[in-house]
Amino acid sequence: MNTHARQPDEAQFRELVRKKWTVSLVLTAVMLAIYFGFILVLAFAKDILAAKLGEGLSVGIPVGALVILSACALTGVYVAWANGPYDRAVKNILDSMKGE
Amino acid sequence: MSDFTSSIGQPNAVSIVFFFLFVSATLVITWFAAKKSRSASQFYAAGRSVTGLQNGLALAGDYMSAASFLGIAGLVALKGYDGLIYSIGFLVGWPIIMFLIAEPLRNLGKYTFADVVAYRLRQKPVRIAASVGSLMTVAFYLIAQMVGSGSLVTLMFGLPYEAAVIFVGAVMIAYVLFGGMLATTWVQIIKAVLLMGGASVIVFFVLSRYGFDPTALFSAAAGKYGDKVLAPGGLVSNPWDALSLGIALMFGTAGLPHILMRFYTVPDAKAARKSVFYATGFISYFYILTFIIGFGAMSLVGHEVITRFDKGGNMAALLLAEVTGGTVFLGFIAAVAFATILAVVAGLTLAGATTFSHDLYVNVFKHGQATEQEEVKMAKRGTLFLGVLAVGLGIAFKGQNVAFMVGLAFAIAASANFPALLMSILWKRFSTTGAWASIATGSVLAVGLIILSPTVWVDVFGNKAALFPWKNPALISLPAAFIAGWLVSLLCPDQEAEEKYAEQKVRNYLAVGAE
Repeated sequence: MNTHARQPDEAQFRELVRKKWTVSLVLTAVMLAIYFGFILVLAFAKDILAAKLGEGLSVGIPVGALVILSACALTGVYVAWANGPYDRAVKNILDSMKGE
Repeated sequence: MSDFTSSIGQPNAVSIVFFFLFVSATLVITWFAAKKSRSASQFYAAGRSVTGLQNGLALAGDYMSAASFLGIAGLVALKGYDGLIYSIGFLVGWPIIMFLIAEPLRNLGKYTFADVVAYRLRQKPVRIAASVGSLMTVAFYLIAQMVGSGSLVTLMFGLPYEAAVIFVGAVMIAYVLFGGMLATTWVQIIKAVLLMGGASVIVFFVLSRYGFDPTALFSAAAGKYGDKVLAPGGLVSNPWDALSLGIALMFGTAGLPHILMRFYTVPDAKAARKSVFYATGFISYFYILTFIIGFGAMSLVGHEVITRFDKGGNMAALLLAEVTGGTVFLGFIAAVAFATILAVVAGLTLAGATTFSHDLYVNVFKHGQATEQEEVKMAKRGTLFLGVLAVGLGIAFKGQNVAFMVGLAFAIAASANFPALLMSILWKRFSTTGAWASIATGSVLAVGLIILSPTVWVDVFGNKAALFPWKNPALISLPAAFIAGWLVSLLCPDQEAEEKYAEQKVRNYLAVGAE
């Protein structure tokens, strides 16, 4: 493989990398906010989670389940984006590199 | 319930049969895998032929240790809601792996995460530093697992501790030595399926007693021990400590060598991403099951009986299996727990042996000039050495308090491995000396502060007061590793590394030249 001979289009490539990290960092920030938000509520406002919603159910249980589900959902969003639009953009760049 | 009797701790015929079946089946797989494990890429990375779904199961298998099955179920059984907080911490590292690490790791590396850190930098110093971080993580994790396995097997089957540790060590060495990554992967897949299947059946049995209404189960538990079991208790008492533990769990997962190594077993970044998605789903499902199992044990077995068998609650899930499904089902679940231990130590040993051979022997000692046969031979020697060492340490630490070691492994992974890995991917000016400084700062602070923390200074050494207030050092050691890497890279720049960054980017994002 000789990468020096075939360079990607500068602007196109920079845009790809920028988009990839925008998506990655936004999703990371959302996950951090959800998890550390949860920890902060636990540390400073425990009573919110202890409140009873009904017989055998406290606020904390569905909230905990939602934190778990959000982790799954966020990874799902990323896979859908990366294996779809992102990989198509990568393929476009690779095709134009071959065409040169 | 005071007249409650259990067959836990006695040799259980069903359990022995199930366990024998698991070991035979996995050894047959190892025998087939052995024929394919001659080249380095087959030994370390199963020839990169594992699919996304298979690797997702194997990642989940690597991550769901007996400690998380028996330990978290026990924690929930005794403390209620607090156990859920704990499992959430272990889960949230997975999205981070996905967003920041999975693709660059797959596209830039060959067999270890040190491949990525050393991609542009001077091989020798960086490989040595990364290997130290990697081997420390593996070693502490391995000791915790071996000691845990010896105690668990003694509790479950009444087998002598030493015999249990030697048996686990011998079977694990056989998997890795002869079958390499291919056998290890299939052991993880089988174990993950058995563990999730077994846990699902327990949950089915439990919920069937409550009309399949989880709130009926929770309210039965609350009826017995008060509404406090449904609310957060004393686990998060010091917010800084909680934050620090959260950081260690979240970023430590993205620095565990045996997890990172799995990304090389799939053909490309697309499959790597899919495998993280599957793994996150499986692990989430499993933690939700352990939460219900914990409440089931609380309400159907009760605190008094659970703590009579083990003060830490580790037997809760097994006692619940016996109460709901009888001795035969107990035997099955005990065999699954034992299989779980075997699979996790196999994964750790393979990761350690790979560091030993690929990073240290080939790229440091032989300057990257070793033949495939030499490399595989060295990896096998490393496996044998680490396996025997694990057995020796497991026996040496018998009866010691090793609970802090998993926390320590995560703290080192988060502080020594993760910052260097992320900076080498993202920052053009990251230099060889910077990498060194980052890894050294992260490891020294993680290890040093844990020794001074309440978990070691007070609980292990028996001192009155800790010199460092938090149980986990990551809140200090992780930022310190980033700052050290950044500052030292600016002070000691690496011209050659900066020039190679453009090429690294093309390979990172477009997979041009990825192996």
